[in-house]
This record gives sequence, structure tokens and C-alpha cells, in this order.
Amino acid sequence: MKQALLAENLCKRYGRGDTGVTAMDNVAISLDTGEVVALLGPSGAGKSTLLTALGLIRPPDSGRIVIDGTVVFDNGYKTDVRAFRRSNIGFVFQKANLLPFLTARENVQLPMELDDISGGKSRRRAMELLEQFGMENRQGFKPSELSGGQQQRVAIARALANCPKLLFADEPTAALDSVMGRKVMEMMKRVAHDFQTSVLVVTHDTRALDVFDRILRMEDGKIGEK
Amino acid sequence: MNLALKDIRFKFGRFLLTTFGISLLLMVVMGMGGIYRGLIQEATLIIDRAGADIWVVQKQTKGPFAEVSSLPRNMEYRIAAIEGVESACAFISHTVQRDFQGRVIRMTIQGLPDDGQWLPLLKGRPLRESHFEMLADKSAQLPLGTRIRLGKDTYEVVGITGQMNAPSGDAMVFVSLDDALSIRNDIPAEGIRSEREARVRRFDAMPYGSTSAEHVEILRSASKRPAALPGRRISAVLVKVREGWNKEEVLRRIRELPDVSAYTADEQRQIMLGGFVARSRRQIRLFRTILLIVSTVVMTLVLFMLTMDKVHDIAMLKLLGARNGVMIEMILTQALLIGCIAFGVARFLGQWAYPHFPRRVVLVAADLWLLFGIVVGVSILASVAGVVKAMLTDAGEVLS
Ligand SMILES: Nc1ncnc2c1ncn2[C@@H]1O[C@H](COP(=O)(O)OP(=O)(O)OP(=O)(O)O)[C@@H](O)[C@H]1O
Ligand SMILES: [Mg+2]
Repeated sequence: MKQALLAENLCKRYGRGDTGVTAMDNVAISLDTGEVVALLGPSGAGKSTLLTALGLIRPPDSGRIVIDGTVVFDNGYKTDVRAFRRSNIGFVFQKANLLPFLTARENVQLPMELDDISGGKSRRRAMELLEQFGMENRQGFKPSELSGGQQQRVAIARALANCPKLLFADEPTAALDSVMGRKVMEMMKRVAHDFQTSVLVVTHDTRALDVFDRILRMEDGKIGEK
Repeated sequence: MNLALKDIRFKFGRFLLTTFGISLLLMVVMGMGGIYRGLIQEATLIIDRAGADIWVVQKQTKGPFAEVSSLPRNMEYRIAAIEGVESACAFISHTVQRDFQGRVIRMTIQGLPDDGQWLPLLKGRPLRESHFEMLADKSAQLPLGTRIRLGKDTYEVVGITGQMNAPSGDAMVFVSLDDALSIRNDIPAEGIRSEREARVRRFDAMPYGSTSAEHVEILRSASKRPAALPGRRISAVLVKVREGWNKEEVLRRIRELPDVSAYTADEQRQIMLGGFVARSRRQIRLFRTILLIVSTVVMTLVLFMLTMDKVHDIAMLKLLGARNGVMIEMILTQALLIGCIAFGVARFLGQWAYPHFPRRVVLVAADLWLLFGIVVGVSILASVAGVVKAMLTDAGEVLS
């Protein structure tokens, strides 16, 4: 299988000197295309730090990141990260972070519009995605009119709108009950499979681990297979 | 998908309130500019309306508005006799403050050489009789038919003018020249009696033989000449220069008279603007500048706060890979919309509010355009602050 993500020697230290914290210590990770991987670890292990580094949100101090054959980070960004993020990477967080002034459909449409996809086309695709997540009858609702689980499903639909190569999720089901959490996780896996998107999910919910193709563990800034 | 408009619609109440607040502020700024223009217009209004080429006043005074000027009535005829003078007309103007029906009214009584046909009449008619009729400006709040006692006579308001205020801002009322003279030169009966008596005494003190009983009889009389009292005084003489004559030449001839000073209409205007209202002008101009600075600060702050509110959304947009243009457009559109709508609302509210101001508010197109330019400039400036904030926002802030 083709590699969607390859990262090596990622290091990140917060602060200086004795009081500094090593959040990532020579981390290496790779994801195959369409692979759905869980990342477990105690609080403060550096999971979120790793995700923001891989997602090109906050750069690591050093290391190398190759996404879909493109070197995007090699001790410094090598591409226009915002443009790259726009079309290649999707994010889901613990909070849905939907734009409050847009409807569910418009929130899903947004990444496509930002990528200059025409209104009609983006609208159709947004509706398709909402349908996949069982949200088609809520498409005209504002985020404030949706439940937490519904908001999260819209957020995942939004993350997948541009058919990204990679989807990063940081405790996406933490705010949901276990039944809804599992349901959301399964939907995410199914859609990722359809789109050939590689998924890396940070989770604490050990009951839904059977959904994943592979499980990684992180501790004290270091990563290991379970 | 226009993010700015969607955001405005989402928080429409706040948008309205913000816009309304700024529009009130702009209305005050606009009004202050209008008061400035109004002050200047009022200061020169009667000079412009009188249409005289030359103003003749008491020697060495800058009258009749900037200071008191007093000329004998016959000055009118002396000036008229000068070559090159087409017409010379007595001008009499003085301000009175009276208690009337339980309120204080201030009015500048203006003597009319004619019936006042040329005045901007809103209601009623021009003067028809040569006595005891009055035209009052609307701002005097004396309705048609009001009877008011001035001097020894009662005057009836027969016409209402609009926008006729004296340089002091007080309402002008117009009566015939003779009536104006009576009101200005009103002396109580006792004053007249004692003045006559004083003359007789002075006469009696003259050496015997140089007086006669007949002379005494004449001095005691009110109707025979010489008059018992000094002649009535006027404020100024308005001169129209004859067609084909050089104004400067006529002015020079009038100035040759040893007991008067004379100014062209332009000099008279300069006297008003440079002296009479100079201090008020400076004050209002300063106040307008301060108001403008305050509005700039308030608008910048308000618009910047609107952006600050959106930092989280902006971070999310950045995370989704939005180009900078998307954020700039969103911030700029909102700021400009608020600025422009507020300006429009201020203009509209002003139209309704300014006529209720005690002093005249004159909106000049150039002032309005300047203010509009400033509003647009401030909106952009405030946006720049917001945009800088947006540019510095880290996409990672979504996580916090
Ligand atoms: N912005 C920051 N400044 C300083 N230290 C930070 C910062 N962010 C994270 N850290 C530190 O880096 C370490 C790793 O943090 P990180 O958020 O990656 O942990 P995590 O594995 O996601 O934990 P959790 O499961 O609680 O979310 C922690 O010790 C934390 O204190
Ligand atoms: Mg975390």
C-alpha cells in the first residue's frame, strides 16, 4: 500500500532550560492510504502536539514530514502550508468548532468554497456528506440548534469535504456518550474508507478500539506500537 | 457565500445597535460642523441680504454689529448728496431682551426702509401700514397676530420670516424705519420733561437781553423747532453706488467726511468673521476637531472589538486553509458597512433633528463629503487593526 504520511525525527520542546517540557522526542510515524489508526496515551504524552505538527498547524522544532510524496516539512515548512492544508488535510477536534453564523450545510461547503469549488457543486457534495452522516434533514440548522453529537458529525463532514489525503481527529468523541461516540467513529471509518483517506485519531475511549486498523501508544513524547 | 453578510445577519441586533450608536455620534459631529457653518452664515446674513456696496458708521467704530454705532438721522441725506451715490438709506438695528408672556425673548429689531417684500416670508404678509406692524422670524416664536409692546407702542405680528437671524443668533424682527427709531430712542415722559426744563434753566442763565419770552415759549414746546430733544440716532447708512462709478472712488469721498467711518461690504464681512464671531468660530472648530478625534477612537475601538470577537472563527478559517483575502474581505466589508450605513442614518436623523437646534445648522456638501471620507478612512483604519490581529492569529488557537 502507498504511504499517505511519513514523519521522522519529530522533536518539540516547550519552554527553555530546566523548566522546559519535551512534548515530542524523535517521533516517527507513518500511515498507509485509507488506514485508520488510533493514538492512545496518558494526558500530557504529546499526542495533541504530534497532531498539530503532522497537520501543519504548529511546526515541530525539527524533523521531516512527507505527505503523499511531497516533503512539506524538513526543519522548516517547504510549501505554502495553508494552501496545502486546504486541499489535503482535514481536522476534527473535541469541540466541533463550527462557524456559528453558518448553517450545517454551509459549514460543510466552506472548505470547498475556500478551495474555489463552485457553489452548485459544493452544495451538492455538502448534501451528500451530510446524508452519509445522517444529517441531511438538519442541513439548514445553525450549530446552536444542533446537539453535540450532531455538531460533531457536521464537523467530520466538513473535515472530509475536500476529500483530504489525511484526517486528524483529536478526541473527537470525548464530548459524546459511548453509544454516539462509537457510532461517530464507525461513520468516520466508513467514509474514510470510501474516500481512501488515512485517519489518525487520538482517543481515550478504549471500548471502540476494535474499529481501528492499528493502534499506536504515546508516552513521554515517544511513540510505540501496541 | 459572503461570510461578512452571514455574520451580520447572525448577530443582526448587535449590528443594528452598533451602527445606530455610531450614527448618533456622527450626527453630533455633522451637527457641530453645521453649527460652525451656521454661525458664519448668520454672522454675514444681514450684510449679504442688505446688498449695500458701502456701510457708513460712526467715526472710528466697527459698527453697527460688532460694536455700537450711532449716527444722526440726517447723515442719510448728507451721504446721499455725495457724487456717485445712487441711494443712501438709514439702517437701524438693535437687540432687545424682554419678558413676554412669562418667557424671555431676545430679538434684534431691524428697521425696514420698505415693506419687506424681499424677505423670506413663511406666513402672513409684508408690512402694509407704516406704523405698528411687525414681521417676526420664526425663531422668535411669536405667532401671527401676537401683540407686543415695544417702547410706547404696541406692535402686531403680521408676517413670519424663516431663517432670518442676527449675527448674534437672535431672531430678527422687522418694523418700519420710523418705528425702529421710536423703539430705539424711546425716552420716558419724565425724561423728556426734565430735559426741557434743563434747557429752559440753561436759557434763563444766559445774560439778560440775549433771551426773550418768545424763545422760552419755543423751548418749552414739543412741536416747534428747535426740538426739545437731540435728534434721533440711527446705526448706519447703507450706500448703493451709482452704475458706472468706481466703488473705491465713492468710498474715498465718503471717508473724507470727518465724522464717519466707511467700509465696503467685504470689509464689513471681514469685521464680523474676524472679530465678532472669531472666538465662537475658533471654539466650535476646536470642538468639532475634538469630536472627530473622539469618534475616530470610538469607531476604531468598536470595529476592532468586533474583530476580536471573531478571533476564534478566524483561527478556524485559517485552519481550514482560508486565504488572507477571505479574512480581510470579511473584516473590511463589515467595517465599511457599519461606517457607511451609520453615516447615512446620521444624515437622515440630522435632517429631522437639526431644525430643532436652537441655532442654525447649515450642512455644506463639501463638509459632508469630507466627513464621509473620514468615516471611510476610519473604517479602513479600524479594519487594518483588525486585519493585523487576524493575521497574527495562530490557527492553533482553535485548540484552546
Ligand atoms: N503551548 C504550550 N506551552 C507549553 N507547554 C505545552 C504547550 N502545549 C503543550 N505543552 C506541554 O507539552 C506536553 C504535551 O502536551 P499535549 O497537549 O501534546 O499532551 P496530550 O497528550 O495531548 O495530553 P491530553 O491527553 O491531556 O490532551 C505537556 O506536558 C504540556 O504541558
Ligand atoms: Mg491533547
